[in-house]
Amino acid sequence: MNHRAQIRLLPDGRRLHMQDGPIDVILEAFGAPSEIEVAYRAAAACFGGVLDELCGELEFLRRPACKDAALPSGAIARRMLAAVRPYASHTFVTPMAAVAGAVAEDLLDAMISAAKLSRAYVNDGGDIALHLQTGERFVVGLVERPDQASLFGTTTIESCDPIRGIATSGWRGRSFSLGIADAVTVLAGTAAMADAAATVVANAVDLPGHPRIGRVRACDLAPDSDLGERLVTQSVGELAPGEIGDALEAGGRIAEALCGSGLIRAAALNLQGETRVIGAGWSQLVEISVCDRSMVHA
Amino acid sequence: MADDAIRCDACPVLCYIKPGRTGSCDRYANADGQLVRLDPHVVLERAVSRGDTVVPFLEKSREWDGALVSGEETFVTAIGAGTTYPDYKPAPFIISSEVAGVDMVTVVTEGIFSYCGVKLKIDTDRHLGAECSTILAQGEAVGHVTTSEYGSQMLSLGGVRHLTGGSRHEGTATCDTLLNLCNGKVVELKIENGATVIVQAEEAPIVDGVQEERMRVGCGSATIGMFAKQWFGKVDEVVVVDDHITGVFSEHQAGKLLGVPESGIAMKGRRSTPGRYFRVAEPGTSWGGTNIDDPLSILGPFDREVAKPGLRLLMVSTTGEHYAYFELDDALHPVEKDLPAALRESVARIRENCEPALCTVLFMGGAGGSLRAGVTENPVKLTHSVRDALTRVTCGGAPVYVWPGGGITIMADVSRMPENAFGYVPTPALVAPIEFTLKMSDYATLGGYMDHVRPLSSINRDEESRRRLAARPDNPWPLASEKNER
Repeated sequence: MNHRAQIRLLPDGRRLHMQDGPIDVILEAFGAPSEIEVAYRAAAACFGGVLDELCGELEFLRRPACKDAALPSGAIARRMLAAVRPYASHTFVTPMAAVAGAVAEDLLDAMISAAKLSRAYVNDGGDIALHLQTGERFVVGLVERPDQASLFGTTTIESCDPIRGIATSGWRGRSFSLGIADAVTVLAGTAAMADAAATVVANAVDLPGHPRIGRVRACDLAPDSDLGERLVTQSVGELAPGEIGDALEAGGRIAEALCGSGLIRAAALNLQGETRVIGAGWSQLVEISVCDRSMVHA
Repeated sequence: MADDAIRCDACPVLCYIKPGRTGSCDRYANADGQLVRLDPHVVLERAVSRGDTVVPFLEKSREWDGALVSGEETFVTAIGAGTTYPDYKPAPFIISSEVAGVDMVTVVTEGIFSYCGVKLKIDTDRHLGAECSTILAQGEAVGHVTTSEYGSQMLSLGGVRHLTGGSRHEGTATCDTLLNLCNGKVVELKIENGATVIVQAEEAPIVDGVQEERMRVGCGSATIGMFAKQWFGKVDEVVVVDDHITGVFSEHQAGKLLGVPESGIAMKGRRSTPGRYFRVAEPGTSWGGTNIDDPLSILGPFDREVAKPGLRLLMVSTTGEHYAYFELDDALHPVEKDLPAALRESVARIRENCEPALCTVLFMGGAGGSLRAGVTENPVKLTHSVRDALTRVTCGGAPVYVWPGGGITIMADVSRMPENAFGYVPTPALVAPIEFTLKMSDYATLGGYMDHVRPLSSINRDEESRRRLAARPDNPWPLASEKNER
């Protein structure tokens, strides 16, 4: 165990919080108490090596992914590369776009291979890996703006759904975004796939050259960002309804293509209070259940 | 160099962090060249109080018992409750929940406030406009510049005269501006014969395209007063350079009280009172908001009768951003030397005391007769009950300040309310959540609609339409008794 990592149970006595450098994970396992304890110990043991392993290959992971790159040596790094590879020939993407999801998957694997759990989730800063035994399900809350704790809807994921990963990306989040989406939430087969796709779709929700969007070179904010001199979004002024529609449309097209190719199962795109939902069967999956303001605005 | 990124070695990511930015963890930051640790926080899990209490890992592994939250853990806010305007009917939700054995009633309604506005505090020393100047939004008058406060400019926006007393456009622009500010959105305000300010609750103001960063600790004179004791004995003379009032330690009242001897320093600029100088230089973006890069340029030659070789002189700006340390040579010329360790702390402390410049938005409104009638058959009794502190008023669960005097006129910090808590009606008027919480017995006494009281459990049943939010840890729990606030 490295000396930096902080690992503790949250005050509710149920969830485990682990933090090391920029990795911040909350996880929970469901099952017999003895199994939960085994699972948490396994997760904690695995967690101690995660950051060092990643940093050993950081330079490679920050470079744009290319189709025929040599495989990195770490298991998490390989998950990252595999998750972003499908996008490599179409757009700029580095394996870092899938780091949170890949870490979540790795920790989830550590738990379910060590203990018998009915359900488990690993939430790595909003990128979530799920485990569901047959017949089990999770209800997941969706956040409109990652910087504010408020749900705009919920989705129920059943064990029979081909979904074990959820990720959210947007310019208000901790990572830089090239787009203007407040939040793009993606459901996909794995957490790393969801993470990579959320990044790509959130980048595509954009209005290039719009005067009310503040953009700064990533390297001016963080000199070692994997985005280099690319312009990242720092502010988005109020947009006209038509503009919001245009930007969501641009991201929606990408999300639809990804759904069609099976890379993701569904996506919810959020921009300034408007939501676009992509993916067949999503209407059953997601229930947008905000308190209805339309009456007040009538 | 103050502009340089620093390397954080707290973890193997080894981020290069620019001044004013955090590393990829959001935990370590570069504060003026120093690596600082920020408060710990948990991304997305705002439900857990920030920097939550540490529970030893697996020491007492408790199994989740499957219990749902008990009644007093849930407080229903008025957001989305709807309104029964013109309020001759009971408020939409009158909810009872048991707190510590006492039945509590919360009357929840969305009030339509045509008598309402926003008090806006903008942390800046820049001149935004003359007092009483009209403030325009979308080309319409929506408010006026009011008093300057310490390091801040106050604006008053909205009010019934702009909302319903002017043209239709004026009312709509005013309502829109108030709504956006209250819901935490960005608003652009133009002050007549003054600046254009971009404001957003809890964000730094942008004045004429320039974003404010930090407030100064005080004017130069105030800074002398604040730090005199920390300097005494460690340095012979201190000049705090400030575009407004530059302070001089040995001449200032604070220095005199400590018995600091005269130093023989000669200041440029116009002396106001002892130790306080106006206009030592022109306004600018360098030392203390002046245009000087060489601090010695605001000093004349030292008085040969008074000054002594070896005299120790510190020059520092009101933000601690700029500083220099000198000692007088035998010819009484200041020679720059490294800042002694004993003075470093006080310079760092000046910096530390410069808080981030923000815009803060207080919603202000009055609960009128008809709104009160939604709570009780005899509206004035509600006013009395609030006055007597038997009834607690909250806005979307956030605490409010109730103005003394008649009526129920409240002020609430919109940043402590859930997002999008406000709406509007085309009157135009703002729709704001307002909750009145009191003991069931007191509610009966003031003529409450006892037959409309519903238990909390009946609200939970229609889960679909309810938005459940974690309580903000910095807000007192609305149902808590005064002595036992959580």
